[in-house]
Amino acid sequence: MTALLEIRDLHASVGDKPILKGISLTINPGEVHAIMGPNGSGKSTMSYVLAGRDGYEVTGGDILMNGVSMLEMEPDERARAGMFLAFQYPVELPGVGGMSFLRAAVNARHIEAGEDEVDQLGFVKLVRGKARDLGIDDAMLKRAVNVGFSGGEKKRYEILQMALLEPTMAVLDETDSGLDVDALRIVSEGVNLLRDPGRSMLVITHYQRLLDHIVPDYVHILAGGKIRKSGSKELALEVEESGYAGIDDAA
Amino acid sequence: MAATTETIEQVKEATGTYKYGFVTDIESDKAPKGLNEDIVRFISARKEEPEWMLEWRLKAYRRWLTMESPDWAKLDIPPIDYQDSYYYSAPKTVKKLDSLDEVDPELLATYEKLGIPLNEQKRLANVAVDAVFDSVSVATTFREELSKAGVIFCPISEAIRDYPELVQRYMGLVVPVGDNYFAALNSAVFTDGSFVYIPKGVRCPMELSTYFRINEQNTGQFERTLIIAEDEAYVSYLEGCTAPQRDENQLHAAVVELVAMTDAEIKYSTVQNWYPGDENGKGGIYNFVTKRGVCRGDRAKISWTQVETGSAITWKYPSCVLRGKDSVGEFYSVALTNNHQQADTGTKMIHIGEGSRSTIISKGISAGLSQNCYRGLVHMQPTAENARNFTQCDSLLIGDKCGAHTVPYIVSRNPSAKIEHEATTSRISEDQMFYCLQRGIGEEDAVSLIVNGFCKEVMKELPMEFVVEAQKLIGISLEGSVG
Repeated sequence: MTALLEIRDLHASVGDKPILKGISLTINPGEVHAIMGPNGSGKSTMSYVLAGRDGYEVTGGDILMNGVSMLEMEPDERARAGMFLAFQYPVELPGVGGMSFLRAAVNARHIEAGEDEVDQLGFVKLVRGKARDLGIDDAMLKRAVNVGFSGGEKKRYEILQMALLEPTMAVLDETDSGLDVDALRIVSEGVNLLRDPGRSMLVITHYQRLLDHIVPDYVHILAGGKIRKSGSKELALEVEESGYAGIDDAA
Repeated sequence: MAATTETIEQVKEATGTYKYGFVTDIESDKAPKGLNEDIVRFISARKEEPEWMLEWRLKAYRRWLTMESPDWAKLDIPPIDYQDSYYYSAPKTVKKLDSLDEVDPELLATYEKLGIPLNEQKRLANVAVDAVFDSVSVATTFREELSKAGVIFCPISEAIRDYPELVQRYMGLVVPVGDNYFAALNSAVFTDGSFVYIPKGVRCPMELSTYFRINEQNTGQFERTLIIAEDEAYVSYLEGCTAPQRDENQLHAAVVELVAMTDAEIKYSTVQNWYPGDENGKGGIYNFVTKRGVCRGDRAKISWTQVETGSAITWKYPSCVLRGKDSVGEFYSVALTNNHQQADTGTKMIHIGEGSRSTIISKGISAGLSQNCYRGLVHMQPTAENARNFTQCDSLLIGDKCGAHTVPYIVSRNPSAKIEHEATTSRISEDQMFYCLQRGIGEEDAVSLIVNGFCKEVMKELPMEFVVEAQKLIGISLEGSVG
């Protein structure tokens, strides 16, 4: 079986500063992996490097999706190839209507696949259906993308986009940050609905509580730009008990 | 934005970047090159005009000779040789037409290619079109339906012959012949344009639209539009413009006059896409235009909406003179410049009437090496008791070699008047771009999406039929501005 995502001895810098210092990770189809780590361990950098953001320079190693290196691909090409990043801080797009934004994203995939663009009416129905599951109402869909959304609304909107774009590899960057208990439950349920044998997820989080809702198959502890420890979901509970300090020392 | 991608593809296949750059091969009847009183007489004679019209033109011409080209705008205008141009060019086959069936098929095909179908079967739903080709109006659609409602919509050359008393009463009332250099030139040599008259109490049953096309080489286009809305009348009017891709510059100096009586409303929209020149700044149209409306009666309203993406140089300030009590003036503008384009555009709101209100929303987008200047005047006269103005000027910069400038002039001579001015300058942020890219939206579509979002407040003022066209135009005009 080809791994869905294979990260090989990945080194990356921001500016002159090395952040990732040799990460190796293999994610098979359908698996959910969690990455936990203290602040400044390189968690967010990792998500941006996977998505191909400008300014995040890979200095060594490789990232393969379905056996193909993504390093030369632009962020939009990676996205259309199935890479999705749920942002920790979703970005506001003033004046850009939600429906036209979502349609542009879906159509970009259709065009690349040589298919017809989505039917406008059918699309609105599809979006409304998926939005309802996430507690997103029509009024919110009519607003400009993320403008004036609460923290919880922004995160639900990210999961709505994930549901529409049906990625094969979803990276969720601190999806729990800024959420109260109820919002956390709605978002997690949305994510769990999207678990699928053909779809893998990488859940990046600081706290164990998200992993009570989105239960991972594997947990990795990232510190100082390296994976210090890997294990089953019980590893997350260990961290919860004793903190990251012991793990950092083990390096 | 998928629709944009599709259009961009079509455009690339068709003509490179400017999709309207083709030339129609059609025989034309031209006046000799150059400008003098004989040329003015020639134009007037060709148009079979009455004596008073010729006198009016000659007065304007003599006035023009004493004037100088304005140089106060933030524009670098190369000297223009007014003797090196043709002032009259008409498709040769044109004669008085009784129906569209008699229009030269070559001309119909040209407008078809521009996306403006004129023939009866395919015409735009509920939009009446007057098509002006070089110096003459070649076709006006829906005339019968309009005349049933009492609306007059015809070429201005025809109105001079058929409705002389209306034309004499109103032409030059809002923009006098000596108003400015380009208005004086237009008054002397204007060749055609549209005339609209909405009688008292009539709501014009459809959108009216004029489509201007410059085809001939070395010609200037000088059209003149006059719109009169009597008491309680309403009309929405749209103009579109394109020109072939040519290496030399061509002058377009139009005059538009609007007159709104008591409780009347005129909504005037422009989608301006004159050829902007190539990426090295060669060629393109000089768009030096005077547009002004007067709210003569109480509660009259005039609204200007413009989406300007074309022309090498734009000098244009659609204005409102708010004479009536509680009259309303609005100016919604998107001005986009790329490559070597220059634009100095804005508005004037002259408040005379008590309780008059005006709103100015200006969105300037500069890309490439272009310079984009908003210049606007808000003038509260002593009589403008409790008048109000709100102005918002937003500039968006794309790249680091372009310029955005905002020059507001505010004069208040009445202490009860309220004037608000807000201005912002921003860039498309790297965060916004990455967010769109991460959703699989390509770079050019992402810019188009973000810029259209920036312009949304203005776009929503356009008639429905033209919103999509304007959005696509913005996408196309920004091509090559990123990356």
